[in-house]
Amino acid sequence: MKIHLKIWTQKNPDDKGRFVTHTVENISEESSFLEMFDILNEQLVAENKEPIVFDHDCREGICGMCSMTINGIPHGPERETTVCQLHMRKFKDGDTIVVEPWRAGPFPVKKDLIVSRDAFDLIQQAGGFITSRTGSARDANEILIPKDVVEKAMDAASCIGCGACVAACPNASAMLFTSAKVSHLNYLPQGSPEKDRRTIAMVEKMDELGFGNCSNYGECQAVCPKGITLDFIAKMNRDYAVAKARQLANS
Amino acid sequence: MNLDSKIPEGPISEKWSNFKFHAKLVNPSNRRKFRVIVVGSGLAGASAAASLAEQGYNIDCFCYQDSPRRAHSIAAQGGINAAKNYQNDGDSIYRLFYDTVKGGDFRSREANVYRLAEVSVNIIDQCVAQGVPFAREYGGLLANRSFGGAQVSRTFYARGQTGQQLLLGAYSALERQIGLGKVKMHTRREMLDLVVIDGNAKGIIVRNLLTGEIERYAADAVLLCTGGYGNVFYLSTNAQGCNVTAAFRCYKRGAGFANPCFTQIHPTCIPRHGDQQSKLTLMSESLRNDGRIWVPKNAADCGKNPNDIPEEDRDYYLERKYPSFGNLAPRDISSRAAKEACDDGRGVGPAVKGKREGVYLDFADAIKRDGLATVKEKYGNLFDMYERITGENAYEVPMRIYPASHYTMGGLWVDYTLQSTIPGLFVLGEANFSDHGANRLGASALMQGLADGYFVIPYTLPDYLARVGAQNIKTDRPEFEAVEKDVRERINKLMSIKGTKSPRQFHIELGKVMWEKCGMARSEESLKEALEIIPQIRKDFWKNLRVVGDENTINIELERAGRVADFIDFAEVMVRDALERRESCGAHFRVEFQTEDGEAKRNDAEYSYAAVWEYTGDDTPPIMHKEPITHDEVKPVVRSYK
Repeated sequence: MKIHLKIWTQKNPDDKGRFVTHTVENISEESSFLEMFDILNEQLVAENKEPIVFDHDCREGICGMCSMTINGIPHGPERETTVCQLHMRKFKDGDTIVVEPWRAGPFPVKKDLIVSRDAFDLIQQAGGFITSRTGSARDANEILIPKDVVEKAMDAASCIGCGACVAACPNASAMLFTSAKVSHLNYLPQGSPEKDRRTIAMVEKMDELGFGNCSNYGECQAVCPKGITLDFIAKMNRDYAVAKARQLANS
Repeated sequence: MNLDSKIPEGPISEKWSNFKFHAKLVNPSNRRKFRVIVVGSGLAGASAAASLAEQGYNIDCFCYQDSPRRAHSIAAQGGINAAKNYQNDGDSIYRLFYDTVKGGDFRSREANVYRLAEVSVNIIDQCVAQGVPFAREYGGLLANRSFGGAQVSRTFYARGQTGQQLLLGAYSALERQIGLGKVKMHTRREMLDLVVIDGNAKGIIVRNLLTGEIERYAADAVLLCTGGYGNVFYLSTNAQGCNVTAAFRCYKRGAGFANPCFTQIHPTCIPRHGDQQSKLTLMSESLRNDGRIWVPKNAADCGKNPNDIPEEDRDYYLERKYPSFGNLAPRDISSRAAKEACDDGRGVGPAVKGKREGVYLDFADAIKRDGLATVKEKYGNLFDMYERITGENAYEVPMRIYPASHYTMGGLWVDYTLQSTIPGLFVLGEANFSDHGANRLGASALMQGLADGYFVIPYTLPDYLARVGAQNIKTDRPEFEAVEKDVRERINKLMSIKGTKSPRQFHIELGKVMWEKCGMARSEESLKEALEIIPQIRKDFWKNLRVVGDENTINIELERAGRVADFIDFAEVMVRDALERRESCGAHFRVEFQTEDGEAKRNDAEYSYAAVWEYTGDDTPPIMHKEPITHDEVKPVVRSYK
């Protein structure tokens, strides 16, 4: 295959950035999108030019590191698929593909296609945990958790923290991410003692970091590589309202 | 080189209790005076950093990714073993210990393995308390499945994403400590060297991957949790960034490297598609619970649609050769059997460079027996992943699989306390060598990473710290100066060659040599060839390498160049180790040493030891030392899975 690429190129956080056009040839249809980038980069190095930098690591769709907006869609055209698992057979010979970094205020571009997603770790630090000191746990089977409950928690816990939801949202909202993290722990009985604190702390941290609000576009759900649904946002809103009401009642 | 394994006194079941009782402690109010460096944030690193911070120590934790949540432990699919015996099927700590020693082909240290089995039960409790959503039965109890090399059902799992969920659990505990200020997290940093002061590890030099700055960090002890070196083969199931640099730098500073030739080839990976391949993807071994592995009996059928090949023309070779374990035979055995079938010209799938390298993993019988819905529920995400990568629907045509480099049992030598031959340098998880011998059983990597981090190091590290005392080392000491100078010189050297070949080209070249000469099957001849070729690659590397860009910014070429340079040097140690071990055991298969029916032939009389390599200089070969492996509990037998 022969592919034309328009790739966002930006030297550093202060650089204005621009699209640069490249062409790569002899790409196998069986190659992944990132393997096509590897070939492009080898080509650039052969020409003594700097390669395009992009985040990637596991290349099996689970680490959440890869982050490219392809033809306007975070992670590209295939549903429930990260960029690293997107394959060239989904494109046509001669296609022109536009590749950009995640675009969102709280995700500043560092270089080319690499952005900082440190904000996600800060949300997690605010309350995305169950306080359970190592060595203090009781026997695992003493906590009975119905299968449907654990399955729901697992649906939420599947989030890989890639940030596509934020990149897709016109408001740069991190509600899908935060709600997945909150819901995973709030569904479980082990998570209930800290439920209110957690929900309030994580939501407020998310707001403080400059992520926008949810106005039900649903773009986040459409691009989520793990199929996380808007239901979790509804759950988080409910948990937040209840937590706030309880806080008020107890104050 | 002092290889005192420091195994505690007493019967095997009491050794760990004895150690814990006799270990020195640091009183709670003194713990804040100590600083500990943790390199790596996977299962071992994150769990160690969080647990030590909970105890009150100050931690600096480092990872090369943008967040600790992305360490490659996250990609483990199948599960984690624990001797809970929740299934009432005869499991026990002793049985898990026995299975692990046997699975490791009698080349692991018994006392360490027993401790691993002992704390395995605590790991599950700990993870559930943190909110890890392990699979459950309708009644709310934990569910189990079975895995290769075991006849009991002791594997806990969270769909096909067990590693992810365990890592998110450890990561959440770590993030909590970061929020509390006990852990300072340093992301996008790569450790480039170790600083040793008066014979003790007291700091590291890292490169900030965003700015290119070289930074110094000092501490009272250094914990290396940097994973394995599977990427020495270029193509592996490891993440792109996995590398041997941190461990290899420590080796060059005096840490012994043990059993580097013990590298595991995982039997169930998606076959290569061609030359543009950058990584291989593993399909969880749990698939072997229900999938049946076969190749056509006749080479002439290999190009046919598998559904058109009648039952009598199929060779279910694992079931035929190993009737009692069948498709669940251990990884090394399954991998080699697949290679044999393909070498025999009976491989399936598209040919790469004229050879079909793949075997079928067929779910037709499972679907017939249990129904499509059940198979979908168990393995749906794996089938989806397979389809995304290959474009094929495995509910309709059998999957194609082939072995790939996956895990490395070898690693830095450690004693019972996980301390390397450099005092103060502790090595956890895949980066050390002790627990898996010559072959690791499925679902045991997660167990070991978490055992080391949650339940071993919190007891063994204080013993060291209490002995040496808090020293409040500063980074302006001449030792830091000297090591930083080495690091800068090396970077300058890589940048200044200005040749014509990219780091990736060298990596591909090296990987090819290692896979062909030191991969699934090795011979004296192939290893000696490798020892001829590797120095040529090194020479070419330092003469013709091209690193574009500059070092004061994100420079992915410089990162790769440094890693490949270490892989080249490390590869030579690995090949030497494979050459010296004139026996076949576990994952190390020397073609000269096999039984009449092609099984690995161990030589316990001469090779019951861990080979520990000591660096002696860039121009002199390393020296091998031996730590005898004794078999006090489990008498070595021919490892039979027939």
